[in-house]
Amino acid sequence: MDSKGGRSPAKFLQRIFSEVPLLAWLLGILVAAVCEQKAGLVVAQALGLPKIPVLFGILFMLKQPSLIPGALLYILLIYLLPACLTARAAAPAANRLAAGLFNLSVGLSVLIHLAILYAALHLWSDISDYRVITVKLTLIAIMITLSLNVVNGYMGEFSCSHPGFLALGAYTATVFNLVFFVNDKFFGPALAPPYLGPYFFPLGLVLGGVVAAIGALLVAIPSFRTRGDYLAIISLAFMFIVKSFIENLEIVGGPRGLSKQPDYASLPVVFIWTALCLWIINNFVRSTIGKALNAVRDDEMAANSMTVNTRRTKMLGFLFAAFWAGVAGGLFAHVVRYVNPSVFGIQNLAEVLAMVYFGGLNSIYGSIVGAVGIQLLSEALRPLEIFKWIIIPLLLILVMIFRPTGIIAFKEFVVEDLVKPKKKGGET
Amino acid sequence: MTFFLQNLINALQWGSFYALIALGYSMVYSILMLFNFAHGDIFMVGAYIGFGVASGLVALSAYGSLSMPGWMILVLTIIISMFLTSFVGMTVERVGYRPLRNAPRASAAITGLMIGIILETGNLILLGAQRVRFPPLITTTTYNAGGVFVTNQKIMIVVVSLLLALALHQFVRRTKYGMAMRAMAFDYAVVPLMGVPLNKIAAMTFALGSALAAAAGILFGVAYPVLDPYMGILFGWKAFVAAILGGRGSVLGATLAGFLLGFIEIFVAMIFPSTLRDLIAYSIILLILVFRPHGFFGEPYSAQLRL
Repeated sequence: MDSKGGRSPAKFLQRIFSEVPLLAWLLGILVAAVCEQKAGLVVAQALGLPKIPVLFGILFMLKQPSLIPGALLYILLIYLLPACLTARAAAPAANRLAAGLFNLSVGLSVLIHLAILYAALHLWSDISDYRVITVKLTLIAIMITLSLNVVNGYMGEFSCSHPGFLALGAYTATVFNLVFFVNDKFFGPALAPPYLGPYFFPLGLVLGGVVAAIGALLVAIPSFRTRGDYLAIISLAFMFIVKSFIENLEIVGGPRGLSKQPDYASLPVVFIWTALCLWIINNFVRSTIGKALNAVRDDEMAANSMTVNTRRTKMLGFLFAAFWAGVAGGLFAHVVRYVNPSVFGIQNLAEVLAMVYFGGLNSIYGSIVGAVGIQLLSEALRPLEIFKWIIIPLLLILVMIFRPTGIIAFKEFVVEDLVKPKKKGGET
Repeated sequence: MTFFLQNLINALQWGSFYALIALGYSMVYSILMLFNFAHGDIFMVGAYIGFGVASGLVALSAYGSLSMPGWMILVLTIIISMFLTSFVGMTVERVGYRPLRNAPRASAAITGLMIGIILETGNLILLGAQRVRFPPLITTTTYNAGGVFVTNQKIMIVVVSLLLALALHQFVRRTKYGMAMRAMAFDYAVVPLMGVPLNKIAAMTFALGSALAAAAGILFGVAYPVLDPYMGILFGWKAFVAAILGGRGSVLGATLAGFLLGFIEIFVAMIFPSTLRDLIAYSIILLILVFRPHGFFGEPYSAQLRL
């Protein structure tokens, strides 16, 4: 790349922002969120918008084309300018701070980054309840996509069983909480005092994950003998079986589903679980087991002869992915606070698969991009009503044609590279 | 016994839809090693095209410009719709699969899913959300054979689907194109080097499969005259299961597995409460696949995922 060039605007911008570390960017986003909190309404009204645009003004733009300039100006004034200016201004200090933190402890540095990100998200979503639920669902979508990527990307199977795992996790966590902490007509009075509920919420989620992992045995064991297309059918059959099983289980409400989940899945809880999930899955796929998964995907026989225990590897991959899908399902049930079996059907499967393949196989970045992209897109295109389901599939087909493995595939997620300071003159 | 026979006939009818759809899956799968996940929706499109053609022909004969008996309209509808729907199939292949010939197979599965969603939504936009009624073409006659009731529709459906499956079998076994298809299924990489036009054969496979799906759609419309845009989803996935169960690229296998799936579903609903149908049917399929991982007529092979 020509680093001396500064003629074109893109090059100019690249040169200006090349030394801005992630810490400064996060600070910039935080400042933008604060700006919106303080001045959002005034600016929005000055620009002729009826209220603060909930989702970057896209909803306004699609509903009323005359508001497009106003919405764009709003994005520029409230988000882009403060974020970029702060990031650039804070870059030198942030670089020194990041360097200090990096030398002190990478873990601490990551925690501080996450804290700033959370603060920004919290302030941003504070504006309306709609944003809160969108952020929560997006975070859960990231968890689901990450866990499916372990099987479909890293292990290279085409697994269709994820809605089944989600359903198992969602129902287990729901039943756990309803039995112990809620007075319910199905499960009788609460067995434990309700104020203990939030503390035991993680236990319920983990339990959901464990149940999902046990269910995954049904898919994992046949995967020893067969793979590829036949495994796709087995996992598909598993999904149908779980859905039908729950529909016939009167104790959990049958096809009517369960509601009255307690409000434990607040934004910090979901955020912490997502961060945890990302951290653990990233460590998993970068560990020896993760490499073994890749080896099994590329050539099972060769992997076997190179002392990879393929059975154990496949089993671990499936159980691990199912566990996290179960946890995500439990969170989902408590965010939406209503589950029924038909939520976890073919529609859900198509959505989850789309997220994984849109974002990119074998890549944590890809999963994040895919989940956030599809989730926000399907929220933002809501005003188009039915045409939304023409545009999103078309977009996915184009992505598949031009980048068959997804937008960001096969890229390793190295936390150290993310949080380390940008040295002077260094590329990226 | 009469109860059993009665259900046997229902199962034959139900299974013939699965068999016809599964044939399309199976052929595409054997040649291109791809799941055509849009196939269930092509079945839906075929049913709607059949609805359009049948309504048009009924209107024509009502105005007296071209008076035809009901059975003749039905035959014409099946032929015209099969022809028209085959173009839908070829378009799907051209748009969604040909650009991805060398991509990972899973990516093509995603484009298939997405084309399916586009077909459903397109139908919803074009025709609105209300369901349409397939025009009644043949008057139902019920025959009573010793307590077992058979309608002429059921006989017609089973016979037509068996005939179509047989025709496909003959086509694959006896013609030059059929031979090209079998060769392609045998070795996808080398056969094009021998001068067999891959694109042409692939398009033809999609056309044939879609034509069969259209026939299934019309037969479905005759038996259950209410059509809606999402009717293809569940049928598609179940027929997909049947196609895999039959074994890769086997016409006989796909047909038998389609009927088998119909039998399992009907008989499970007969013995157990009908809400348990999917649960038990898929458990049986899971068991079959555990013990025969390559389907009934498929040969063991290792599917390399080209990632």
